[in-house]
Amino acid sequence: MSVQAITPSIIAKPNSNNKSRLRNTLTFWVFVGPLVLGLLVFVYVPILWGLILSFFEARNTVTPTQFVGFANYLYMLQDPNFIKAMITFFIFAVLIVPTTFFLSLGLALLVNNISKGQSFFRTVFFLPTACSYVVASMTWRMSIFNSLPFGFANMLLGFFDIAPIQWIGKPDPPFFWFVLVTVRLWLQLGFYMIIFLAGLQEIDRSLYEAAFVDGARRGWQTFRYITFPLLRNTSVSVLLLSVIAAFQAFDEFYNVLSSGVGSSSNINMARPPLVYIYQIAMSDQNYGRGAAGAFILTAIIIVVTMLQSRFFSLGRNEQ
Amino acid sequence: MFKKEVNRREFMKVSTLAAGAAALAACTPAASKPAGGNAPAGDTITLVQYYHEYGEEGCAEASKRYADSYTAVKPNVKVDRQWIPGDYAQKLNAALLTDQAPDVFESAPDAARYKAGMIADLTDLYAGVKDDFNPAVIAASSWKDKIMGIRMIIDTGVVYCRKSVFDAAGLTAPTNLSEMVATAKQLTTDKQKGLFLGNDGIGGVADQSVYASGVKSLVENGKIMFNTDRAGEALLKIKQLNDEGSVLVGAPTDWWDPSSLTQGLSAMQWCGLWAMPGIRKEIGDDFFVLAWPKLDDQGTPSTFLGGWTTFVSAKGKHVEEAKAFAKWQWIDNKADQQDWALSYGFHIPPRNSAAAEAEKLKTGAAKEAWDIVNKYGHDESPFWTGAMGTLFTTAVTNIIKNGADPKSELDTAATKCQAELDVVLA
Repeated sequence: MSVQAITPSIIAKPNSNNKSRLRNTLTFWVFVGPLVLGLLVFVYVPILWGLILSFFEARNTVTPTQFVGFANYLYMLQDPNFIKAMITFFIFAVLIVPTTFFLSLGLALLVNNISKGQSFFRTVFFLPTACSYVVASMTWRMSIFNSLPFGFANMLLGFFDIAPIQWIGKPDPPFFWFVLVTVRLWLQLGFYMIIFLAGLQEIDRSLYEAAFVDGARRGWQTFRYITFPLLRNTSVSVLLLSVIAAFQAFDEFYNVLSSGVGSSSNINMARPPLVYIYQIAMSDQNYGRGAAGAFILTAIIIVVTMLQSRFFSLGRNEQ
Repeated sequence: MFKKEVNRREFMKVSTLAAGAAALAACTPAASKPAGGNAPAGDTITLVQYYHEYGEEGCAEASKRYADSYTAVKPNVKVDRQWIPGDYAQKLNAALLTDQAPDVFESAPDAARYKAGMIADLTDLYAGVKDDFNPAVIAASSWKDKIMGIRMIIDTGVVYCRKSVFDAAGLTAPTNLSEMVATAKQLTTDKQKGLFLGNDGIGGVADQSVYASGVKSLVENGKIMFNTDRAGEALLKIKQLNDEGSVLVGAPTDWWDPSSLTQGLSAMQWCGLWAMPGIRKEIGDDFFVLAWPKLDDQGTPSTFLGGWTTFVSAKGKHVEEAKAFAKWQWIDNKADQQDWALSYGFHIPPRNSAAAEAEKLKTGAAKEAWDIVNKYGHDESPFWTGAMGTLFTTAVTNIIKNGADPKSELDTAATKCQAELDVVLA
């Protein structure tokens, strides 16, 4: 081959590579750009702005001028109502996390073990996840756990000659926790059930066969020694996610306990951190303290998640 | 000639870029277009006006009608009347922080907003008519010798009592809080509770109970006033009503709606004057009204002298035009003011001359309510901010729901409220 014949192809190749690289880069940014822009504008800038606000006296303004250092953080950390809100979270987490864990695991085992109609039941149990928290909370408050004799729950109790119960608004006995926990369970069980189902279907069937050959019995024994240990990472993920979701509780508390203008005192009986922060920022118009509260809560979530990950050794080889 | 083929990737790139460009063009804020306020004379400007969602039938249409009428008077001004359902206060608060703040909006007097420079001074709009306004509403909108808002309506609350239920039980109207507790208990049956204060068992009577104990104002001369032993004693009466199961909770609607009274779920209900036409429509004259009873002979009966006030955003693009519109609607236009106050729900016009001409306020239960508000009405202090409200409500909840010591809770709340007040007054 002559030099003249080779030269054009040698020269053309880098050009072609450059064009291809440019095209790939352009394509990448066309698809990823809007997402990055959205994240930047709607997530990172507000977070940064919130951080700045937390160091300023920001009443009735989001462009404050008076720097106050850590005063907002100190106020929130010493505020008994914020501490009480954290205790409310703790109670909620103690009630909701184990029930979510065991019930969603139970549902997943049941659905996984049926041979016919598995898709149907999977869909049925997952459907509530698509329901709005607000709609579900209003249904729970106004229809099912209405405190009047014609409320659904009270009607059922009436069949057993049990007097109507004041479900919401009475701290002793605190039946409102039952309302809050059941609405959250109804809404999220399906989601966690799907996660467990995915975990269950990852388990190699040959392990069960080997266990049966060794004399293991179906049921508790195989669950205890094969299924549950092999669901370790799935279980830890479910625990992490449900604890974080409990930290973020807002909708059901706000809509079940607060019934509107002038009747908001019920929410003070069980005000989770997000509701309290929302009140401080949006109702009291103190964006500095609200932002400080939000960053304290974020720090707590990060620490708790890291501790959980370390305690449960998330990501450790399942063997 | 070279003919370039358009492949799938290139098509996607070009079409995505085109769509993105179109979307960005569509998202270009209206503010970038010539602002009406700075536009040459003759250009049409649009004023944005916020209302919360009134429950009374016909209010939404009436407010739209008033807005449209203004364009007939001022052809170069269009009023975009926005009817905001749900949590109005939060939506308004968020909007007021942005460039999209409404030009004209209704709210309650709030000194923190005045101090933050969010509200335009409306003092000049009152020239020649100030004396015709109820002095209490002028005081509520006043800030450092300026008047910041125009009261649209005066609202008040009363205890509505079913006459037939009282007659059947052989009872008379309670005259103090102890009698109220006893009466509510006696009127409570399997199917009907004695009293409905709100779905939390407290509703809007916590501050009224403080007044009923003899406290004149929650805030007075730069001091928080609600932390007295007697105020705590009055709040314990509400606790007693709750503990004895005499109050209705968990009703389908809350205290501002009279359905619980008219449907027989409770024999008495704390509700607003606005509900009177609806109550009369449902149960005729089978009711009478009373103020929230006094704690004892050292106290006084109580009610609120509330209502909605129109404000003009100081940060709006058309402040002068918005002030002119507010003046036209709520100062000059007496016919629409009377229509707004009396044709839908039932409110008191804030201008004395308009109230004096209101025939509906001159007879029966309406007159009793009008007398009650004149004798016992407590006006809203502009210095009582949302933050103080949150602190006070938390203390009240702890006393009534959690059995906390009243004086200690009120003292704690008062200390924090005082700190908030000091910031507002600084």
